[in-house]
Amino acid sequence: MTSAALVPLVVLLPLLGAAAALILGRHRRVQMLVSTGVLTAVAVIAATLLFEIDRSGTGVAVTLGAWPAPYGIVLAVDRLSAIMLIISALMLLGVLVYAVGQGVADRHRETPVSIFHPTYLILSAGVFNAFIAGDLFNLYVGFEVLLSASYVLLTLGGTGERIRAGVTYIVVSLMSSLFFLSAIALIYGATGTANIAHLSVRLAELPQEVQLILHLVLLIAFGIKAAVFPLSFWLPDSYPTAPAPVTAVFAGLLTKVGVYAIIRTETVIFAENDLTVLLMVVGGLTMVIGILGALTQADIKRLLSFTLVSHIGYMIFGIALSSVLGLTATVYYVVHHITVQTTLFLTTGLIERFGGSTSINRLAGLLAASPYLAILFFIPALNLGGIPPFSGFLGKVGLFVAGADVASGTDAAGEIGSGSSVPAWLIWAVIAAGALTSLITLYALTRFWNMAFWRGRDELEGYDSALLSSVQEAPDGGVVTATRTTPWLMVGATTGMVVLTLLLTVFAGPLFNLAGRAAENLREPSVYVSLVFPGGVE
Amino acid sequence: MTASLTLVLVMAVLFGSGVAVMMERSLTRIVIGFLLVGNGVNLLIYLMSGAPGIGPILGEGVDESEITDPLPQVFILTAIVINLGLTAFLLALLYRSWWLAQLGTMGDLVDDSAELAEDAEETAGLIRSSADDDRAVHELLETSDERGTSP
Repeated sequence: MTSAALVPLVVLLPLLGAAAALILGRHRRVQMLVSTGVLTAVAVIAATLLFEIDRSGTGVAVTLGAWPAPYGIVLAVDRLSAIMLIISALMLLGVLVYAVGQGVADRHRETPVSIFHPTYLILSAGVFNAFIAGDLFNLYVGFEVLLSASYVLLTLGGTGERIRAGVTYIVVSLMSSLFFLSAIALIYGATGTANIAHLSVRLAELPQEVQLILHLVLLIAFGIKAAVFPLSFWLPDSYPTAPAPVTAVFAGLLTKVGVYAIIRTETVIFAENDLTVLLMVVGGLTMVIGILGALTQADIKRLLSFTLVSHIGYMIFGIALSSVLGLTATVYYVVHHITVQTTLFLTTGLIERFGGSTSINRLAGLLAASPYLAILFFIPALNLGGIPPFSGFLGKVGLFVAGADVASGTDAAGEIGSGSSVPAWLIWAVIAAGALTSLITLYALTRFWNMAFWRGRDELEGYDSALLSSVQEAPDGGVVTATRTTPWLMVGATTGMVVLTLLLTVFAGPLFNLAGRAAENLREPSVYVSLVFPGGVE
Repeated sequence: MTASLTLVLVMAVLFGSGVAVMMERSLTRIVIGFLLVGNGVNLLIYLMSGAPGIGPILGEGVDESEITDPLPQVFILTAIVINLGLTAFLLALLYRSWWLAQLGTMGDLVDDSAELAEDAEETAGLIRSSADDDRAVHELLETSDERGTSP
């Protein structure tokens, strides 16, 4: 079978590429070719896998080292994994091209580029591994690989601010990893397996109270990684200091790996344990509190980090609905959010280079100075704010419709759990919170647009506006740098990402159908189980 | 499932002391705490393999029901390797942040007082001696100098 042989390559290629890139550290052009080539290959493989899996309907499972399923390492790709693989591969590729453009322009500036490519590829390998991991421990290894690489990328260059931001991020991530590992140990002690498909069957046999404890420990670990509300404090402090491409990857992908893990936890691992009320409340709080944080930020990078936290709430809401439509909308929203958040951070990088600052108090006249940059910012900003007809609007509408269906009882939710126990008023409240969050996002982004793009350069001195009365500068005071050129490669990569967000809108119909088929598989944990255990679980 | 009480107690002590040490703001203590808790988690995984049996090598005359569960040992081995790598990175980070804390502020004052600059360079000489590292210090001093003069 050809598609089964392709699965391990998704992880193997980036790792081998990283080794090659490290050896070729002195030959920068070859290094660039290696890393772009590897990511392109992974994107092609992911597309092939998605096509094959969508046609066959279930997925592909590979047991490594010829050890049978519950003992050996299993790589399992179903529709959800394949969707995540292709979108993350495309995004990583886009950001890599952007980073290459930046690296070429700022030769020997603050970042030692020779270690950027290998680390970036290792990060990719970790992300891909997490998406195809068939057992919890392999998922943990995937997380650790991507986190270790992210520590290096975040502290690249080792300047004071980056070390300071990096320490917060690293300590928090270490805590979540320890939580995750303890959860694996406890789950193994309770069930005698770490295989996700096996767990799906075995955990259901445990008493509800034991399930609840294990479920909560695992959710805390993933919640920290996904930056869900009470566990999200670390994110806005650590992401903005990194170089623009690094922030873009972190913002777009790393939290979504956590969201992916939560989807798996809720639909396959703890299919019989119901925590939907908790997730619903947490989702609503994540949206509102995150976006209120965004309102007071003067720095666009910090503002975007807060919207990132806030919009994780939408995905948690969709997972908590646990109806087919809810999960469909969640999958679509994850894809939308990966691309749009990455694109906005890339554009911010361009704004920083072009305008010399990221603070709303110092930027002005960008529309007149660079209309094209304005377009590159305007489209994803409206998209994130949920303006029709963009994908952000479609995803949110999907989530709200799914919520309304569940609340009014027209869609039987909770077939995953032991019957949905979410009261209808709570769902309506979270929908209201979602609509409010969408509006405030739009407000925060249009305020930035008004100031940075529409305000004239000459108005900057002594500008006074009620809009700016509540904003606060970043802790480091929003460093002003000299304006630099914006190389065509960076602009080209950003344009490519903007086009990708538009394609998500244009092809929303087929994509939504695909997400729907993925969600149907998710609603039936037995599909995943029979994928790994074709002969049934003993 | 049977487990050794001694190991349970050791694990509890490792967890407890590790968390207590981590409560401090100092990065050094966080590294130590991480090491303690990390080993506590490793013991926890080991405890989950149940009663100890004979070595998990299948061969002639070996009863499968008598061997120790090998999977937790594999998990621990992997976790130890990961912890080792992370500790190495944490130590590098610790050193770097201490370095910045020592020289970062000193460097900012170089213009104002030559004595402080001498102190800083002396510290640098004490800490590192190789040519590469000296160059790094000079770069650091230069950059902080630039930052100091152009606020």
